[in-house]
Amino acid sequence: MRKSLLGRLWPNATALVLFLVFVFPVYWMFNTALKPNGDILSETPVWFPTSPTFEHFKTAVNAENFWTLVRNSVTVTVVAVVSSLLIALFASFALARMRFKGRKSMILVFMVAQMAPWEVMVIAIYMVVRDADMLNSLLPLTLFYTVMVLPLTVLTLRNYVAAVPKDLEESAMVDGCTRTQAFIKVIFPLLAPGLMATSLFGFITAWNEFPMVLILNKDAEAQTLPLWLSKFQTAFGDDWGATMAAASLFAIPILLLFLYLQRKAVSGLASGAVKG
Amino acid sequence: MATQSVQTGQAPPEGKAPLTAANLGPPEGGRTKVKGTLPYLLLLPALAFTAIFLGYPLVTNGMLSFQNLNMTQLIQHVTEWTGFSNYSDALTSDTFWRVTLRSVIFTLINVVIIMIGGTLIGLLLAKLGPKMRLLLSAGLVLAWAMPIIAATTVYQWLFAQRFGVVNWVLAKLGFSSMADYNWTGGQLSTFFVISLLIVWTSIPFVAINLYAATTTISRELYEAAALDGAGAWKSFKNVTFPFLKPFMMVATFLEVIWIFKAFPHVFAINEGGPDRLTETLPVYAFVEGVGNQHYGAGAAISVLTILILLALMSYYLRIVLRQEDAEDADGASAGPGEKKS
Repeated sequence: MRKSLLGRLWPNATALVLFLVFVFPVYWMFNTALKPNGDILSETPVWFPTSPTFEHFKTAVNAENFWTLVRNSVTVTVVAVVSSLLIALFASFALARMRFKGRKSMILVFMVAQMAPWEVMVIAIYMVVRDADMLNSLLPLTLFYTVMVLPLTVLTLRNYVAAVPKDLEESAMVDGCTRTQAFIKVIFPLLAPGLMATSLFGFITAWNEFPMVLILNKDAEAQTLPLWLSKFQTAFGDDWGATMAAASLFAIPILLLFLYLQRKAVSGLASGAVKG
Repeated sequence: MATQSVQTGQAPPEGKAPLTAANLGPPEGGRTKVKGTLPYLLLLPALAFTAIFLGYPLVTNGMLSFQNLNMTQLIQHVTEWTGFSNYSDALTSDTFWRVTLRSVIFTLINVVIIMIGGTLIGLLLAKLGPKMRLLLSAGLVLAWAMPIIAATTVYQWLFAQRFGVVNWVLAKLGFSSMADYNWTGGQLSTFFVISLLIVWTSIPFVAINLYAATTTISRELYEAAALDGAGAWKSFKNVTFPFLKPFMMVATFLEVIWIFKAFPHVFAINEGGPDRLTETLPVYAFVEGVGNQHYGAGAAISVLTILILLALMSYYLRIVLRQEDAEDADGASAGPGEKKS
């Protein structure tokens, strides 16, 4: 009896400890962002923001160019994700619905491209962009991010397209739709959840991208939020409250998006992920 | 990517991408045989974009690696071909081999910790009741979703020399010498912080996907094993493990690739310092090429890094393609794909 109580207790206790370990850094970010400076620079850590303040968020938001950078990040990310979804839609349709010579090699191309070591290619990318005289511009960033998220978008979307029953499309065509109409009226609405889930990872990749903007856009007004955030602490002389507020502002959109979409995305990815 | 798979990936969040390439829903089998150019036309935009924005820089990277390209040549726009000298310089330098060895050890240690930790947590998730499982998954997802650069600043703050909470806890636990410890002052302690960060962001991907895998195992198999008198360990070895093995193989390879090329984690914590002692290959190529303005030499290092990655990837692709074949054969999808990032 006693043993079984212990047997039930230890998994729960371990889970609780692990939960705290995984959540703590995120919690500490918000906690620090909300505490007044006196509580941050204290010899004994203040574990809860008992006297919350939005001072640090004000410092972060009022930092030079903050809103320009927000606009840059949002533009680059949204345009890249939407363009790659559009391009991928055509490709994934071909891969999911048609049989043709070279289909497998095409899939292989996207699998290899998916693992492209962008981090290691920044020197060449710098030269290419410099020769095109496009340093400090958002256009090259957007184009590279589009291609960066494209392979995963194609590969993921192809499974969503394949999951839409073919009969639906065929009966729409029997009812007099053209193939294009059938696609727009029947398949597209069914694909919407797949498109959302697919865009999540593209969004995260583009929103987070750091090495490329680090080398391409030195101009303070042409940067994006990750670069700004990585320099924030130095720029603000160890103002940890403001740094954590800046980190929170940067993380919140992703955390919300992830919480909103993860059930769908993760379960979709996972359900196919494993099956021997 | 994440997971980035969730994968990711990754990008994972870059690097965090999803586990997915090959895998989402089961394709219904039937693909129509199409004659003519339609499928190729549909694929054309995607292939063209990839060729221009991925293929061309790769070729440029290769060409740069055969050039003597430093600040002078860069400003004057001259091209000086030097044959293989960038390569012979890299391959005969102690630094290159030291950094390569460091990258390999760094990758191995992290991947082992991530796979063991992720597997144990995934199995724990399967053992928990619904409420605790939801709680722990929520914590994992939060860590998984955290943007990399936000996470690096948070870790810098957690491990800050003054007022950092880690030092305070260690001092309270009786390690009084740790009260003002400078984590980014030494090679091993900097790597410790970087590894902790990487492990923290990577474990959720493995754990959650592995848990999802365990839910596909039929109860009857366990009952049959119990009837045969198998204990907990035996039924794990004979029932659970064979089911998880394909996923674990793929996840291991993905983690190896992601961690080997991880850049922001390593760079943003301490820019490869102190004294360039925590540079891994991607950071080394960046610092040599961009930081020290030896663009040609940096390009050669990055080509060598890409070759190592290609060797790792070819093995991974073999596994995935075999699963794709199986899918074509039985009409059901199998096999994980890729994450983040």
